[in-house]
Amino acid sequence: MRNGQPFEAAVQEHGPRVLRVCRAVLGPGHDADDAWSATFLAALRAWPTLDRGTNIEAWLVRVAQRKCIDVIRAKSRRAIPSDVLPEPDSPPPPADKSIWYAVARLPEKQRLALAYHYYGGLPHTETAELIGSTPAAVRRAASDGIASLRRILAENGEIV
Amino acid sequence: MSEQNPGLADPLPSLDPASPIDVADLTALHARLIAGAKTEGLIDIAYRTVDSPVGPLLVAATSTGLVRVAFEIEDFDRVLAALAALVSPRILHTPHRLDIVARALDDYFAGRRTGFDLPLDHALSSGFRERVQRHLVQIPYGQTTTYGQLAADLGSPRAVRAVGTACSTNPLPIIQPCHRVLRGDGALGGYLGGAHVKRSLIALEAGNR
Repeated sequence: MRNGQPFEAAVQEHGPRVLRVCRAVLGPGHDADDAWSATFLAALRAWPTLDRGTNIEAWLVRVAQRKCIDVIRAKSRRAIPSDVLPEPDSPPPPADKSIWYAVARLPEKQRLALAYHYYGGLPHTETAELIGSTPAAVRRAASDGIASLRRILAENGEIV
Repeated sequence: MSEQNPGLADPLPSLDPASPIDVADLTALHARLIAGAKTEGLIDIAYRTVDSPVGPLLVAATSTGLVRVAFEIEDFDRVLAALAALVSPRILHTPHRLDIVARALDDYFAGRRTGFDLPLDHALSSGFRERVQRHLVQIPYGQTTTYGQLAADLGSPRAVRAVGTACSTNPLPIIQPCHRVLRGDGALGGYLGGAHVKRSLIALEAGNR
């Protein structure tokens, strides 16, 4: 049986989660927007042939992971060094985005574990497969990541 | 300002894995998705809602033309699910498209328009029902006929019930004016949008003749 759900319903239901995943991986800027757009365009292309019963949310998070990698690769090809962190003297980020600047400061393993497991909702096992790790390491990285986030936000004087 | 209100979202960064995302950001991304999908020809059905004196209407179109007009009482989510199953699941909400349809409906309800010259897609109809539904536009604005007369006009005088079914399953109400078809005994007959809507459409047209 093929998937027969209106695509718009999937955008409304899962759009925010996919954006959180993209922002956790790429920071809250244009790169995350690019990855979000590429994710949903790819999803729309595949939509009519998707099997009914597919876990749409998990499927979208996996598509988003590939699109995030595409964005990172495209950037490294352009070879323009860039950092998601704001310049030291730039104004503080808006409150709704400051969490993503904090996430951006985490080591990559913690950041990816949070992106796909904590924000993406994938189980430890599946997250481990996606990022080439083990379930135990993903579990540890995610919990270390949360602890680091609390510390970073506390340092910034932001109550968590 | 400094007062704690537990009913409001915390404006400070939150570790909630479902922390809210700015609506403006999602709206901008949605608009970008629509633009990209249109460029790639991936929108099989575009839809929006239009406010009207008989309540919000959902209008949906394919590249062929308008495929569905629905009343709120039909439940828009169910209407979209049916479109996904019967036509294509590549359905997107395009609030700023279908402006021609929205304007035509506005004009109709304002009494400035007595007919619609919009391209139509009859994908949801077939067979005798489609014949009946396509024939509805022949009933002049402001006039009514009966299920029996319509059956006779179509050369199937005994198919009165089938004509009634065709009217009650009309996927393009208002545009294909099934509200102009009454029962032979003068009673209103059923209507997808509810009897009161049928009555107000008839009254609207009678007042603008």
